[in-house]
Amino acid sequence: MSELTTILPELALLTAACVVLLVDVYRGAASPDVTFFATILGLLVALGCTVAVFPESPQVAFAGNVIHDPMSVVLRALILAFGVFMFAYGRDYFARTSTLKGEYFVLGMLALLGAMLITVGGNLLLLYLGLELLSLSMYALVALERDSSSASEAAIKYFVLGALASGLLLYGMSMIYGATGSLDLGVIAQTIRAGAGSEGALANPQVLSFGMVFIVIGLAFKLGVVPFHMWVPDVYEGAPTPVTLFIGSIPKLAAFALAFRLLGQGLGPMADQWQSILYALAVLSMVLGNLVAIAQTNIKRMLAYSTISHMGFLLIGFLAATGAGYASAMFYAVVYALTSLAAFAFVILISHRGREGDRIVDFAGLGRRAPWFGFLAIVVFFSLAGVPPFPGFWAKWFVLKETVDSGFMNLAVIAVLSSVVGAFYYLNLLKVMFFDEPAPDTPVVGAGADFRLVLSVNSLLLLALGLLPGLLMQVCVNVLAP
Amino acid sequence: MSALPLLTLTVWLPIVGGLWILFAGAQAPVAAVRNDALLIAVATFVVSLGLLLGFDASAADYQFVERTTWISAFNIEYFLGIDGLSLPLILLTTLISILVVLAAWQSVGERVHQYLAAFLILEGLMVGVFAALDAILFYLFFEAMLVPMFLIIGIWGGPRRVYATIKFFLYTFLGSVFMLVSLLYLYAQGGSFAIPDLHALPLPLDVQKLLFLAFFAAFAIKIPMWPVHTWLPDAHVEAPTGGSVVLAAVMLKIGGYGFLRFSLPIAPDGSTAMAMFVVVLSLVAVVYIGFVALVQTDMKKLIAYSSISHMGFVTLGFFIGGLASAGWSSEGSALALEGGMVQMISHGFISGAMFLCIGVLYDRLHSREIATYGGVASSMPHFSALLLVFAMANCGLPATSGFVGEFLVILGTFQIAPALAATAALTLIIGAAYTLWLYKRVVFGEVRSEAVRLLEDVTGREKFVLWVLLAMVLGFGVWPNPLLELMHPAVETLLEHVEQGKLP
Repeated sequence: MSELTTILPELALLTAACVVLLVDVYRGAASPDVTFFATILGLLVALGCTVAVFPESPQVAFAGNVIHDPMSVVLRALILAFGVFMFAYGRDYFARTSTLKGEYFVLGMLALLGAMLITVGGNLLLLYLGLELLSLSMYALVALERDSSSASEAAIKYFVLGALASGLLLYGMSMIYGATGSLDLGVIAQTIRAGAGSEGALANPQVLSFGMVFIVIGLAFKLGVVPFHMWVPDVYEGAPTPVTLFIGSIPKLAAFALAFRLLGQGLGPMADQWQSILYALAVLSMVLGNLVAIAQTNIKRMLAYSTISHMGFLLIGFLAATGAGYASAMFYAVVYALTSLAAFAFVILISHRGREGDRIVDFAGLGRRAPWFGFLAIVVFFSLAGVPPFPGFWAKWFVLKETVDSGFMNLAVIAVLSSVVGAFYYLNLLKVMFFDEPAPDTPVVGAGADFRLVLSVNSLLLLALGLLPGLLMQVCVNVLAP
Repeated sequence: MSALPLLTLTVWLPIVGGLWILFAGAQAPVAAVRNDALLIAVATFVVSLGLLLGFDASAADYQFVERTTWISAFNIEYFLGIDGLSLPLILLTTLISILVVLAAWQSVGERVHQYLAAFLILEGLMVGVFAALDAILFYLFFEAMLVPMFLIIGIWGGPRRVYATIKFFLYTFLGSVFMLVSLLYLYAQGGSFAIPDLHALPLPLDVQKLLFLAFFAAFAIKIPMWPVHTWLPDAHVEAPTGGSVVLAAVMLKIGGYGFLRFSLPIAPDGSTAMAMFVVVLSLVAVVYIGFVALVQTDMKKLIAYSSISHMGFVTLGFFIGGLASAGWSSEGSALALEGGMVQMISHGFISGAMFLCIGVLYDRLHSREIATYGGVASSMPHFSALLLVFAMANCGLPATSGFVGEFLVILGTFQIAPALAATAALTLIIGAAYTLWLYKRVVFGEVRSEAVRLLEDVTGREKFVLWVLLAMVLGFGVWPNPLLELMHPAVETLLEHVEQGKLP
């Protein structure tokens, strides 16, 4: 019985997803709002369960499959809370474009479930299953508007490349299993550590290294870092905006957890080997992502390249390979996910019937037509640019601090220089919002009152996090570097 | 220690007031918004006067200290305090802010509440920069300042405002990220972000040199020094009058203040090693930029270049001590450093006044070209007389505050390196040339056009603003002693610390 409580949040969410599916079948056609409220209720119940099962110390359950530790509880709670934001944004968009389908809620909940499973995975197989649940739900979500050719194209690209990445990851896992004889992260780490001490303890160190490389590549695909980033801009652009909003935010928390479990815990003793790979990936992502983002005219593509550069920054946190370094990466992932939710919500804010407001020029005059949202846009986009006192600055600050502490001064300098380049395109977006005259046919702010409320709450949370970042930082440090 | 947290009030009163105006001002009538903004600015100034009254000018250590933990995980504190170096700059900020609010009374008609809110928030952030004694808190204010200024130039600026404001932002951002990395490095070494702790941290010479360069990138761009000055003429020309005034009068001083608060005490031996480098760049600014100012046809651009040239004096005064054979604590370095400080304060008043005068003309004829004007004296006698005094102060005429700073710097430099002093003294000729030539072309001569003939003289509100500045310029010109006494203990301590060095 006590083992079941460790996965109580997942059980609650799974149950809720099934209930929502049934509710939608029977009542959804008549009133889609019922499905929405059932979904939110389900998420809140799961959130309550998550908070209720907070453990004092890490618990291992189901023969090592589940690691129920403070980190996983924090991340699961955040995934569910951000999920509430996501569904609130998505419901408004789909309702306005008259494409609200119950599948959106059910698939979304299953994707959240996958993300949550990743955070608790203590075993290569469970990690992989969580990842596939997340990915498969997302492929379907991207193709939700099945009559849209661009969405279908994006879904196919996403699926093919995602499947390739999963294959690489799985192949890497099989090699790790071959080299260490176990799927359990703790046992893998132990075996590697023992092998490093004495010659011949490992069956085949080369296989282990190869496995590690494949795992890193698979992770890089999922994170979307250069040179494994090609799918990101196309999928971001082609998917319906609420789905892009999802892809760009919550899975980053899961990606952090996946990387932490695999690299930090399982392959932690090989840190010196994967550090140099991450170094190259991080530098390439930050530089290329920021440079290419400048040239974009479509805001979703711009944010896609911005994501690529942000994921580069996230990797720097891992590079330190210390508890505090992982904590900084976790803080970065959380802040980025929350900021990204708001950033894409701005795209939804100005889109209206028959027209995706996704060109950067569509934002012209936002600051004048809607001063309140202009103010919030300042918070959100300066946060993405890493300007204090907004939380994006603290995220960068924390990661940089760990980088400098572990002696990677060059990397810190490259990172800050690339963020100066990155500041340009956010400034350009703000310039369009505040300094340009709107064209006569630009869409006006179209979203409903509840959407505006959610967006305001989301952005004000960011502002509060910027002024008082200490609490969340403390949480990240406590769960990862006690 | 006073019961009331005066520093916190000075920082947050304008910020909170500005936010209030931003949100409440949208529906309120414009006149009420202006009155409220003025009230907030005056209240802030009054609070900052309380700082002056409670300040013990004989003590060298930080006063009005407020210290509470902010981010406990990393030992980041909300740590405020002032000494003789920061207090004059805080007073300058709060005074100039009142004048800026007044100056916007008629010249800004569009989105008034947002304009005034931006300036009030900016004021609070600038005071925060001068009051912060935690390096991360300083950095926060230092960077956050860019946001309102970016909007001020971009929304209310001239035709090329977008180019100017993005250039301004990116230039400053580029400089300050190096400072951020240095601060993180210092934390990795010493485990504290408190500025007094950073001052005490021993560091090897190579490291100090690198740190010096990193801080130099931030502050040399901010102040700005040749050759990283190119953002300033653009920003000045495109900014609205209020923006130019704040930029010239206060923001540039943050660069100078940074040299005194970070570069010199954190990397004293690095500063000594690099002093020649800084001095040469300063002299280039003083002389070469002076000539550049001479050929400008745009009044604002001319004053912008003149600012760069005057800031060259400030950096010269700060770093000439590094060349002294008798060391930093010699009399020459003290004179020059205090001269640099006086020059910063004085330039705050003079450049602010010059930009306001140009604003007065611009409000009437909507042209900044010198060629548009000529013969202004016949239609605006009162204005011309006021401008004359400011022009004279800009060339460093004795009995104006401009003279005191330049004279002290030249005097100090002369004791250390006479040849350099001679070069620096060239500015007295070049400065007089470009300022007086500007004055001659704008004010004297034949009346240029019908529009100039019909110019109205300064209104009561404009008179008030300019007379306040006039009083400051002449007051500190005749009797600079209170200012010097205020900063003397802090300067002494600073120079002793730099002289001592901090090699491990």
